[in-house]
Amino acid sequence: MLQSTNSLMSRKVLLDSNQIHIILHRLACQLVEKHTDFKNTVLVGIQPRGIYVANRLEKILKQEYGLKDIKTGQLDITFYRDDFRRGEKPLEANKTRIDFVVEDKRVVFIDDVLYTGRSIRAALTAIQSFGRPSEIELLSLIDRRFSRHLPIQPDYNGRQVDAINEEKVKVSWEENDGEDAVYLISK
Amino acid sequence: MSSELSVDHLLGIKYLKPEDIELIFKTADHFKEVINRPIKKVPSLRDITIANLFFENSTRTRLSFELAEKRLSADVINFSAASSSVKKGETLIDTVNNILSMKVDMVVMRHPNPGAGIFLSKHVKASIINAGDGAHEHPTQALLDSYSIREKLGDVKGKKVVIVGDILHSRVALSNIFALKMQGAEVKVCGPKTLLPKHIESLGVGVEMNLKAALEWCDVANMLRVQNERMDISYFPSTREYVKQFGLNKKLLDSLNKEIVVMHPGPINRGVEITSDVADSEHAIILDQVQNGVAVRMAVIYLLASKIKQ
Repeated sequence: MLQSTNSLMSRKVLLDSNQIHIILHRLACQLVEKHTDFKNTVLVGIQPRGIYVANRLEKILKQEYGLKDIKTGQLDITFYRDDFRRGEKPLEANKTRIDFVVEDKRVVFIDDVLYTGRSIRAALTAIQSFGRPSEIELLSLIDRRFSRHLPIQPDYNGRQVDAINEEKVKVSWEENDGEDAVYLISK
Repeated sequence: MSSELSVDHLLGIKYLKPEDIELIFKTADHFKEVINRPIKKVPSLRDITIANLFFENSTRTRLSFELAEKRLSADVINFSAASSSVKKGETLIDTVNNILSMKVDMVVMRHPNPGAGIFLSKHVKASIINAGDGAHEHPTQALLDSYSIREKLGDVKGKKVVIVGDILHSRVALSNIFALKMQGAEVKVCGPKTLLPKHIESLGVGVEMNLKAALEWCDVANMLRVQNERMDISYFPSTREYVKQFGLNKKLLDSLNKEIVVMHPGPINRGVEITSDVADSEHAIILDQVQNGVAVRMAVIYLLASKIKQ
């Protein structure tokens, strides 16, 4: 579709829905390996796109591992970003929903694409407004390695991708975009 | 919906578009969540300096603006006319330009003269927020009033709001009329004839002289303060007579065959516009208005600051 509407753009499938399914189950398994019963652990999806990954993982952990009491929140980082008034477009905020205690908890940040690391830097500041976690980890579905601006690396990693800066990695979710897929879009 | 305001200053509601109000409210929703966190501060505006210029007395508005600015991590300087060189005869533009030469990005100003903010916005290089200019406008108060109605009743559109009291001297009334009409609410004003401006109907509002009838009609009653300090002549025979005709008490509220929301922009003259038992009842959202004021002002400051180019 995209190719026909815009001849300058090309799009390559990095992951199809089957591969995403396998990766999500592997990531859930790795989380259980480390956090066992999740008594002291909370999942925090980074807005706007990390919440889909977080919701999927929560579902798998509940259904496949029988973990009833998983706490999942959503964290918006807009007001903590380091590019306020620097970009062309104004920053638009999303909803934050953290309705549990963060103090002394093991927090797992969940995002779809780890790129420059600046979002995660902002998230590290933002989460402190809710308390002092005992530990923070990072889970990312796609890791665009070699593109980092900051010393931030994922603890759980879906798939590493080598993409140049002009390219864009787009994660689609069935509940939002009609299909599960990861695309590499180049101009 | 645009993610940017159509204006560079907030001088009055009448310069805004309905989409601007919607954007401010959506942004205020986020800030309302922020100010209820254990740590109520975000670092967005750490490179912005804001001057609060108050040429007229204020408690609530000045504190609310200052808190909003600090919650956004802006640097804040405060100025009140009573203790300044204004007393020595300095002009408004000179005063402000001197402050701006200290690298100030935004000015929040309250001034006794209508149009002071508009005048300033044409002559100085800074983003201006009008915190009340004479009997003209008080846009952030109207925004927080509408925001509070939206929060309590779900929407402003289609709601019936009566503004009771001293409409003539009230910038709150004027800004509220503009804001409510813009969002599709129905508005009536109610008060002694001497305190209703002539031709007020031309703003598209109804006039009701009987308080009970007005209350039976409305969903929300905004009870304004009688502004004795602005009254150069006597507008009604006595406070006692005013209270009898236009004061809201519990008995009157209970006699209505519906539930209404009671608002007051503060400061309250207890026992004049409303009695204490009404002000402290579950019908009143006066303290919600104050809390929402901080969130709404954070939204206005944030959105205007995002338009200041580096």
